[in-house]
Amino acid sequence: MSNGILRQMRPTFFYALLGLVFMFAAPQVLQLFTIINLTTAIALAVLALSLALIWGYGGILCFGQVAFFGLGAYVYTISAINFGGSTWAILVAVIVTSAFAAALGYFIFYGRVSDVYLGVITLTVTLIFFSLIRRTSGPEYKIGNALLGGFNGVSSPPINLPWNPTAFLFPEHVFYVAMAALILCYLFAGWLVNTKFGRVCVAIRENELRAELLGYDSRLYKLGIFTIGAGIAAIGGVLFCNGVGRITPDVFSLYNAALTIIWVIVGGRGTLIGPIGATFALFYLTSALGGQSLFNNNLVLGAILIIFVLLVPKGVAPTVVDWVSARRKPAAGRVRRRRNARVEGAE
Amino acid sequence: MDLVAAIGLQLAYVIANLALISLGLAIIFGMMRVINLAHGEFLMLGGYTVVVATNAGVNIWVAMLLLAPLVVGIIGVIVERLLIRWLYGRMVDTLLATWGLSLLLVGLVTSIFGASTATTVSPPLGVLRFGNYSASGYELFLILITIVLFFAVWLTLRFTKLGLLARGTMQNAEMASSLGVSTSRIYMITFGLGAAVSGLAGGLLAPMTGVLPTIGATYIAKAFITVISGGSAILAGTTAGSILLGGLNGIFSFIAGSTFGEIALLIAAILLLRLMPRGITGRFFRKSL
Repeated sequence: MSNGILRQMRPTFFYALLGLVFMFAAPQVLQLFTIINLTTAIALAVLALSLALIWGYGGILCFGQVAFFGLGAYVYTISAINFGGSTWAILVAVIVTSAFAAALGYFIFYGRVSDVYLGVITLTVTLIFFSLIRRTSGPEYKIGNALLGGFNGVSSPPINLPWNPTAFLFPEHVFYVAMAALILCYLFAGWLVNTKFGRVCVAIRENELRAELLGYDSRLYKLGIFTIGAGIAAIGGVLFCNGVGRITPDVFSLYNAALTIIWVIVGGRGTLIGPIGATFALFYLTSALGGQSLFNNNLVLGAILIIFVLLVPKGVAPTVVDWVSARRKPAAGRVRRRRNARVEGAE
Repeated sequence: MDLVAAIGLQLAYVIANLALISLGLAIIFGMMRVINLAHGEFLMLGGYTVVVATNAGVNIWVAMLLLAPLVVGIIGVIVERLLIRWLYGRMVDTLLATWGLSLLLVGLVTSIFGASTATTVSPPLGVLRFGNYSASGYELFLILITIVLFFAVWLTLRFTKLGLLARGTMQNAEMASSLGVSTSRIYMITFGLGAAVSGLAGGLLAPMTGVLPTIGATYIAKAFITVISGGSAILAGTTAGSILLGGLNGIFSFIAGSTFGEIALLIAAILLLRLMPRGITGRFFRKSL
């Protein structure tokens, strides 16, 4: 069985290997500024991966994945300030975020809220976070030693070596950590969707009623993948506030929530590598757009979202795969015919 | 006594405000099963219409009560013909497409008017005094006009031919179309009317809140919670949702400050959905409009 999983995961290993090559090659070739920018993009790619997992494989239309991302970043920052080190803070961030997602998911899935409502509820939770944290600017809003800082946010302590708070990592080292985290999360997600758990989740996505009639408790499976997705998003959040150096309530904004959805739509639902690739592509597109004033980001991203929903609903990666396999099939047929012809000629 | 009246008025205003920003969304959702994520931007466009028109010298009442719904209604019809029409029956895709539309409209308005606030208009009515307390006359006016608006929508749905056709289409679109109703046109008109109501709401609120390209985001969370908690009945659902959530928000804001008011609103909505996944009108007042 595990041998079967390894065979299924062959493309996953291939992309992970590419990532590994990139991880060691990029700092040799690129400038520090680009590397620091890349760290942010990698953090966002982890976020995209988490949504690709729960939306593409779990069929859960979560519009508020960015809430878990932001929550992870805030919990990390606050606990790192209070603990005076990042080791436990990372763990606390992932656990608290997953617990929050599990509690929210309990109400959503055990209330049997339909998928469209689910999208709207998760989005609403995100926006409420946004407006709540923006209001926490006074000195009375503090958790332990950490001021929440309202609109300006909190500056995040950098990651340090495990159990050694004095050994801070510099931005060029954070890049390695981020890239390694992305590769590990990607391998984990690629493994998860090939396990029995992952297959049941896909079955529920395809036909929830049929999966339930076969004896699977769809509520539990959805809650499980939702919670795992939130945990991965929290890891992304930890990387993000390290890459940027601070965390502000803007992370919960409608714009960022939309951006996450757009990465997954553009990359393609039902793949893991597609949304990761789309994140990097769109990250550089929006950075390039920031340099001019004719089209603003909202305008371009809105147009991209509408065009993809109307014209390329499956996203880039599945469309490319379909196109390639459609081209390959007739070609394979031609080879077979030619071989047959040769055999006939020999006779 | 004066204090009770002041608190009562404040509570009524919170509830009316919630009902006003939710009604357009509820009409489109209740009639067409389309959740319009660009709802906040329709409100924003209504606000901009008022600001642009009053700056051009139009009377503020004309701008708020006539121009805002008219302009946004026309935009709604255009949007329905160009975008929504292709996506009926695909709820997830409509959600995503209207979200794209929302970003597009924010981007467009930012490009035209700039990212900061345009010249604002001040509330046209003065201050009302009773005893030691005072209340803004404009808030009172908003409460009244919300009631009038709900009554007008109820009259339209209940007693006009358009309302009859719309309700028929809502209940069974195929049957309606085989009886000779052009459902496509009904959908277009409904979407346009929903947008017009949103535009009116946005125009009416513009003097209170000012206008910004991104102001829609501050409305939509509350509007969605209200409509979803209310359930599918347009008027009864929105009324019940606004009274419950607005009431809770108002009471908790009064006791513990507005931040806790918002938290109370969210927690109440999530608990409500666990108990009644189909909203208040999914369980009570089922036959209502």
